[in-house]
Amino acid sequence: MRRNLIIGGLLTAVFVLAALISFVWTPFDHAALDIPNKLKTPNGTNLLGTDHFGRDILSMIMVGARTSIAVALVAVGIGMGLGIPLGLWAAARSGSWIDELIMRGNDLVFAFPSLVIAILITAIFGAGAVNAIIAIGIFNIPVFARITRGGALSLWQREFILAARVAGKSAARISVEHILPNVTNLLIVQGTIQFSLGILAEAGLSYVGLGAQPPTPSWGRMLADAQTLVSISPHMALMPGLAIILTVLGLNLMGDGLRDYLDPRLRVARL
Amino acid sequence: MISLTVASLVIFFVVEVAPGDPASFMLGVNAQPDTLAALRSELGLDVPKIQRYFVWVGGLLSGDFGTSYTYRTPVSEMIAARMWVSLPLALYALALSTLIAFPAGIYAASRRGEAGDIGVMGATQLGVAVPNFWFAMMLVLIFAINLRWFAAGGFVGWDEGFWAGMHALTLPAIALALPQAAILARVMRSSLLDVLGEDFMRTARAKGLSARQALWRHGLRNALIPVLTIIGLQFSFLLAGSIIIEQVFYLPGLGRLVFQSISARDLIVVESVVMLLVFSVIIVNFVVDLAYAAVDPRLRSRT
Repeated sequence: MRRNLIIGGLLTAVFVLAALISFVWTPFDHAALDIPNKLKTPNGTNLLGTDHFGRDILSMIMVGARTSIAVALVAVGIGMGLGIPLGLWAAARSGSWIDELIMRGNDLVFAFPSLVIAILITAIFGAGAVNAIIAIGIFNIPVFARITRGGALSLWQREFILAARVAGKSAARISVEHILPNVTNLLIVQGTIQFSLGILAEAGLSYVGLGAQPPTPSWGRMLADAQTLVSISPHMALMPGLAIILTVLGLNLMGDGLRDYLDPRLRVARL
Repeated sequence: MISLTVASLVIFFVVEVAPGDPASFMLGVNAQPDTLAALRSELGLDVPKIQRYFVWVGGLLSGDFGTSYTYRTPVSEMIAARMWVSLPLALYALALSTLIAFPAGIYAASRRGEAGDIGVMGATQLGVAVPNFWFAMMLVLIFAINLRWFAAGGFVGWDEGFWAGMHALTLPAIALALPQAAILARVMRSSLLDVLGEDFMRTARAKGLSARQALWRHGLRNALIPVLTIIGLQFSFLLAGSIIIEQVFYLPGLGRLVFQSISARDLIVVESVVMLLVFSVIIVNFVVDLAYAAVDPRLRSRT
């Protein structure tokens, strides 16, 4: 299914490009208020229309892509940065108390959905993009720890690992030099999936007011603004929603495509 | 049990670290020191944190969740009232997603590689990508504002009768069920496909069952284990999702309670609701473990 990889890659590239271009150019200033020009449906000047303050929706979506991508990317980074070492450690000491501790800790974090973590964090530090990152990031840690441990456990049984142990390498060194490169494929695929989940989570958090705060533009908050006006200006809700859907769809397709591309054995058991 | 204890510790101390003393928040900046002290002792805030933790947990175990700082009513009453919105909503959504996902997954698996399969899989890709609160807004736009089949928000209450209540929860439940149904259908399909490749399926065909009979009698039951696992895992997302969906539809459920309590610094309510959510996630996963044994007799002796 190379088709998945290509379509997904293209969709993702469009939004990453939009985010990057927004640093140097947007059709209009995304924050410029133009009240007389408010609630315009899509037209020649404002390609995706304007919102209730007359701001250009296309420009806001482009700048909002920055927020979404940044939040999701850092959250995946946190998840990988802490989850991968924990997973490697648990696999290297499989069956010991440290393995048990790490895996039970994972179960515990899994019992807190990311939104619940976000609510707790907001209750302490207040709402904001950084706290949204932390909430989504914490939720990502057990995901990566689990997948790393799963992949690493089967590798530890292999002959080339035995050879490395005979050569006198420490467990830590084997983990980094031999285990990690062999689970990279798994991690890349999971990374794309968590990235798309991160974008959805960020949108949800911003929507309920726990994510990025004004004036930082965010897709979730654009939808929250649109809610009361949905009967008058459906395009205000439609456009950011489509941006979220297409980005997440692109990332998921890319993840699927990458999985098939990197590991042909998995072709049958596609989820 | 251990995880519940740890979870309660985490929640309590995380929330208690929160800056902002509830008592001074309630009285405002001009409060007299002695009024403040009186209120603090009335709310039980003047005792050490450790002691408060044990009071709270002891209360949880005996069904007494404490008294809300702002409303001065027992938290258990507040939660119970909201539960009657949130729990039926989550169950309604779970039922809907299962009702959609099972037939879709079975259909796709039995038509593997054909147009029907590709269509279902495409639909699930889309279903996973749609944020449920956005889908909820679109449902409101179409079915509440344009067609006027449903109310755009609010909840009539169960006093109006069972069907009136279910009617009010229908749009939220559909919005909540969509992404879950998409995920579940994918799991159902891939799990069935795995089972269809097993030797006993060939045996079933060899003894004269049609492909359809073999699938229903032997395939389905064996494919249910991974599906059950995912239903259990999804439950936590369902609860979290209902918090957001309640905001879209202005439903007076647990989610709204949490948001109101956070802004009012009503810590004990936040702690109790979050604890309740975590508790139900852990319980559901335990029930799922038990359900394995019911579905798969081989697992009975091992557990």
